[in-house]
Amino acid sequence: MGADDPTRPVQLLTPDGRRVEDPRFAWRGGDTELVTMLRRMMLGRRLDTEGAALQRHGELGLWPPLRGQEGYQAGIAAVIEPADMVFATYREQALALAMGVGVADLLALWRGAGMSRWDSEATRVAPFSIIIGSHPLHAVGYAMGVDLERFGDGPVPATLALYGDGASSQGDVNEALVFAAAQDAPVVFCCVNNQWAISEPVTSQSRVPLYQRAHGFGIPGIRVDGNDPLAGAAVIGWALDRARAGHPVLVEAYTYRMGAHTTSDDPGRYRGDETSADWAAKDPIERLRRHLLDTGLVDDAWLRAMDAELDDFGADVRRTCRELDDTPIERAFDELIGEPGDYLRAERADCLDWLSTAPDEGDAA
Amino acid sequence: MTELTLAKALNTALHAAMAEDSRVLVMGEDVGRLGGVFRITEGLYDAFGPRRVRDMPLAESGIVGTAVGLALRGFRPVVEIQFDGFVFPAFDQIVNQVAGYRARTHGRTSLPMVIRVPFGGDIGAVEHHSESPEAYFMHTPGLHVLSCGSPHDAHWLLRQAIECPDPVILFEPKARYYVKGEVGPAPDLPMTAARTVRPGRDATLLAYGPTVRTCLDAAEAAAREGRDLEVIDLRALAPLDMAVIRASAARTRRVVVVHEARRTLGPGAEIAARLDEEMWGSLDAPVLRVAAWDVRYPPARVEHDYLPDAERVLDAVDRSFAY
Repeated sequence: MGADDPTRPVQLLTPDGRRVEDPRFAWRGGDTELVTMLRRMMLGRRLDTEGAALQRHGELGLWPPLRGQEGYQAGIAAVIEPADMVFATYREQALALAMGVGVADLLALWRGAGMSRWDSEATRVAPFSIIIGSHPLHAVGYAMGVDLERFGDGPVPATLALYGDGASSQGDVNEALVFAAAQDAPVVFCCVNNQWAISEPVTSQSRVPLYQRAHGFGIPGIRVDGNDPLAGAAVIGWALDRARAGHPVLVEAYTYRMGAHTTSDDPGRYRGDETSADWAAKDPIERLRRHLLDTGLVDDAWLRAMDAELDDFGADVRRTCRELDDTPIERAFDELIGEPGDYLRAERADCLDWLSTAPDEGDAA
Repeated sequence: MTELTLAKALNTALHAAMAEDSRVLVMGEDVGRLGGVFRITEGLYDAFGPRRVRDMPLAESGIVGTAVGLALRGFRPVVEIQFDGFVFPAFDQIVNQVAGYRARTHGRTSLPMVIRVPFGGDIGAVEHHSESPEAYFMHTPGLHVLSCGSPHDAHWLLRQAIECPDPVILFEPKARYYVKGEVGPAPDLPMTAARTVRPGRDATLLAYGPTVRTCLDAAEAAAREGRDLEVIDLRALAPLDMAVIRASAARTRRVVVVHEARRTLGPGAEIAARLDEEMWGSLDAPVLRVAAWDVRYPPARVEHDYLPDAERVLDAVDRSFAY
């Protein structure tokens, strides 16, 4: 991809940590925000490392690794505003963490100890959709609602829908793009192209770069280096501003899933190590770490302190996981619907009665 | 009391709900200037404008999915699915998203939205325009599934559905849209209650939507032969009003369920199983089902050979009495 290649992603920080300029987009944050982004990426990566290990130890049923995808997530966290709303995927857990979703709530989902139990109103993070691509429609509807509440010409809160390259083939995602364009909804689509949908490469989803799909729907599309937190912040920030002004836009975050799809997956069966090694050299954390060291915004002492903080955080993640309470079965009845009716009430009673009288498996011995 | 067609009763319900609460929106295909293919949304566009009466792109999953988002933002969308057979493109959104949202958020977030589905046959239509898909949704926890059999219930069930904090699917008997009836000034039953539309002593006919009229016709014919049939309009299919069903069954000891949905795993199968479990030995005959045959909806010129009619209902009553 040459400099004048339109498919070349917007980049403001090179893999070796050098700042570069882009004629259209500029990093507008300050030094503090740069350090915050590095910190958030490190926390996100540590959460991921711990999550994968907890799954291996049988503490979690499943874990979807996010390694390599911390960059755009930190970029979004830097520019999202308190009134905005994010409909993310389960691979955006670094973003969810940065937005205030609790570790316990994230782990509960993967431990089988709960559903998406965090407060979406307070955190501005919607429940994760396990059916991929089903939530961008919710984001568009949400944005239509925001637009309906609009008085005058002032800015409105933005709604952000993230989905993957695999989900880009889903009918719901394409309907979401059609509806957003037709209704002129104040929504940002962020298509996270991490190159792989479990074992299927992005070439099995699309003959064109995914950001170019936007043009057919009549909305702007742009590709950003998803491993560059500065470019992520600049481009998503621009996109959010466009949504705040009332219009939809699509950003393709070009990145790479360094790990497996989930802990149930084995990438060795479908992809070689070479590409992954290339992408490892584009690591989002390493490039910002180098840049901040080069510019003196952090030093070895800061990094050592950060390591200690990450170790504490990791210990906290492990302890939090093991201390999670299961959600008792009666809550499946109680949280289903406001007015369940007599039959379901009786079924609930039957269920609890059975559980209180049935012998435990251990009793049979 | 006002006499209205069932279609007009739905229309006035939407007018009233939208006038009362600015969060109520109508969305669907052709619901704007056209007023819907059945004119259920007639006049709403002029009264409330294009922002609250929204002609959506032609994609049912998209319509239901964006309604979810609007409900999350605090609105109360009323979605029109143009025809019963068109609900299936929205099946994932309804079953996994709409029905599941409250449970997926541990009760934090309920979705106050209504999905209106004109359903049933007897209109001489091409395929996919005469289906009765209600059982799919009865099988899905988290939804209220309703059907209206009269103008009064059409009006008030829709009003109650719009006020309900949880999602409601309202199946409207399109073949009965232009039948007139009195609409009372207030709801006289909760949304989840069945209605005894004709009291009787000898056998119970359970019906909803289009088969309420079928069963009333059958009951009138039976009365001429000296049999006094009770007709119950179930109104709510999920949850079923088992108290009313059981009480009637206990009195008449004979039950026939009548619906246009196919027989296998249709609503009648569930009702029969429940009565079997709950009233074993106290009925004089097995619960019988008069339903559509377990085949594809046939070409319209033979749809009367497919749909339950009063004769088949009376035949089932005879079979019940033969036990």
